[in-house]
Amino acid sequence: MHSFLRAYPTESKLLAVLLILCAGLSAASPDFLTLVNFTSLLNNNAVNVIWAVGLLVVLIAGGIDISFAVAASVVQYLCVYAFAAIGGGNWAIGFLFAGGFGLALGLINAFLIHQFRIISIVVTISTFNAFFGLLMFFSSGRFLYNLPSWWSQRVILWEYQTANGTWAEVILPVAVMAVCMAATWVLIRRTTTGRQLYAFGDNPEGARRAGIPIGLMQAIAFGWCGMMAGIAGLMQSHITKEVVPNALVGRELEVLAAVVLGGARLGGGRGSVLGCFLGVLLVAVTQNGLNLLGVSPYAFKMVVGIIILLAISTSNLDPAKWFGKGGKA
Amino acid sequence: MTDLYRRLSTAFGPEVPGLLGFLALVLVVFGLFAPNFLTGANFGSIAFQLPELGLLTLAMMMPIISGGFNLAIIYTANMAGLTLAFVLNQYGGVDAGLWPFILGTVLAIGVGALSGAVMGAVIAYIGAHPILVSLAMMIFLRGLGEFLTKGGDISGFPPWMATLGHGTVWGIPVPLILFLLCAVLWHILLNRTRHGFSVRMIGSNIRTAGYSGLHTKRTLILIYTLSGVMCAIAGILMLSRFNSVRVGHGEALLLVTVLACFLGGVDPFGGFGRVLPVVIALVVLQVLSSGLNLLGANQHLSTAVWGLFLVGVMILRWGAARLSERKKRS
Repeated sequence: MHSFLRAYPTESKLLAVLLILCAGLSAASPDFLTLVNFTSLLNNNAVNVIWAVGLLVVLIAGGIDISFAVAASVVQYLCVYAFAAIGGGNWAIGFLFAGGFGLALGLINAFLIHQFRIISIVVTISTFNAFFGLLMFFSSGRFLYNLPSWWSQRVILWEYQTANGTWAEVILPVAVMAVCMAATWVLIRRTTTGRQLYAFGDNPEGARRAGIPIGLMQAIAFGWCGMMAGIAGLMQSHITKEVVPNALVGRELEVLAAVVLGGARLGGGRGSVLGCFLGVLLVAVTQNGLNLLGVSPYAFKMVVGIIILLAISTSNLDPAKWFGKGGKA
Repeated sequence: MTDLYRRLSTAFGPEVPGLLGFLALVLVVFGLFAPNFLTGANFGSIAFQLPELGLLTLAMMMPIISGGFNLAIIYTANMAGLTLAFVLNQYGGVDAGLWPFILGTVLAIGVGALSGAVMGAVIAYIGAHPILVSLAMMIFLRGLGEFLTKGGDISGFPPWMATLGHGTVWGIPVPLILFLLCAVLWHILLNRTRHGFSVRMIGSNIRTAGYSGLHTKRTLILIYTLSGVMCAIAGILMLSRFNSVRVGHGEALLLVTVLACFLGGVDPFGGFGRVLPVVIALVVLQVLSSGLNLLGANQHLSTAVWGLFLVGVMILRWGAARLSERKKRS
């Protein structure tokens, strides 16, 4: 317990806040602590979590990516045309294509950042504008509904009829989310590359002198983020059964807020998969709770903004000190 | 020629000659290929479109020079516009006189300043990252605005307000005059005052600035307050240009303002940046967009070209830096 608080100060604080929030909401609304609500929370936030773990790797490596949500839209369009060209496809091909296109878009960012030594926020704001502008230009803002049936058909992995007759179900994106989280965790915690990413994010020049190939680090970080963005795009269309060019633009900043809330540092070298998940969940639970309490949907964003502001404002408190002789965490 | 180049770069900063070169190139290319490009009407429309983006870019610029960010600019502008709109509607809407307008303007600027001051205080006293703080403020203000307006438009303003958005004085568009005044003010603030010096020092190294005796916390609050005030001015201008206020007006401009700052040579890490090159960068972007428009492309293609243009400029700067390094070595 103590060592967890020491090692993950932000995560444990976030977890505490989340638990208090959940306890309060369970007391205030009978619909909160139900299986149906819990599974729908997971279903609705799987896409955000997939993006979040992708972005996490970039933040750990000391970069920032603004372009991933737009890249996901681009991947969706490319996928629709690619699947039409090869005459259908299936889930395996779908993941391969979506991940591949995403990876390619991420590598464009990595190439520009590494080759020309441009700071990542400049590059990704440029590619954000370039991707979005080109997508809107070539798609003329058209929606696509002609998705292959395997793509748009709901895949229910687990379902359960509760006592009052409503169904609790877990759909495919949740499983994909779990796989993406696990894969990212393995990458950053269990491989040498992961340790190098942290080192590179913490001190790029030091990492370079220690012999870490920095070009490869950028490629892995942005490639991973792009790949996750592509997969999240595939999942998003799977849920909505359509491809809309401007549906995802603007989501990048909300995901960024959630990831940073989860303890990743802008500037590199810190962050965890658990924190990402909790960050996304905190925002989601807040909105969900407001909804159940009957608050006007127009007020949601306002409260979410206040919650994030409060969360940052309390982030200088150190919970490790409250338990025994903490010292500096 | 090289002499002229050197004189220009020492007088106005190293970015100016390059950007002027780009501007000339863009003007020549579109002048040759786009019909009606080199006409008064076209430049008139550029002059009317530039100020909105320009004022918002100025609002973004000061935080970036201080090593921060203000992602809340669009919604601060919207909220300020809403404030003015509420006051005008309280005092008769279409029939409102000058005094309600003045009262509304003062309150709108107050709202902008307040939202900026809150951000500045959180950044200064809690030490949270500006991107995160302004992001939270952006989400909050958007929510507040949507809550107050239920996502709808507010219109019905006195007709004489159109002068502010569409009028001309001696042939010069009023919005352009407003923008130029603000740009000059910003230039003086950043280059000639103690505050401007503090801003740049904080952007270079906030800890050193603090140890050197600068009141970094007060300066940070002032930076975001001033940024909020500039947003409010942009919001008032947007209100009179569209003759309505809606939360989300100008949303797409958020990242374009950052793009314009970087194009104008503001250092993404903070510490360096001048108003003049940013203004020229804005003109280049607007000319690009109107030229593409005349060639039959839509706004989205211009957005893409803006993005590619920034990458191109950054690559050229990288090349130039390498060339000069090689010269120094040999």
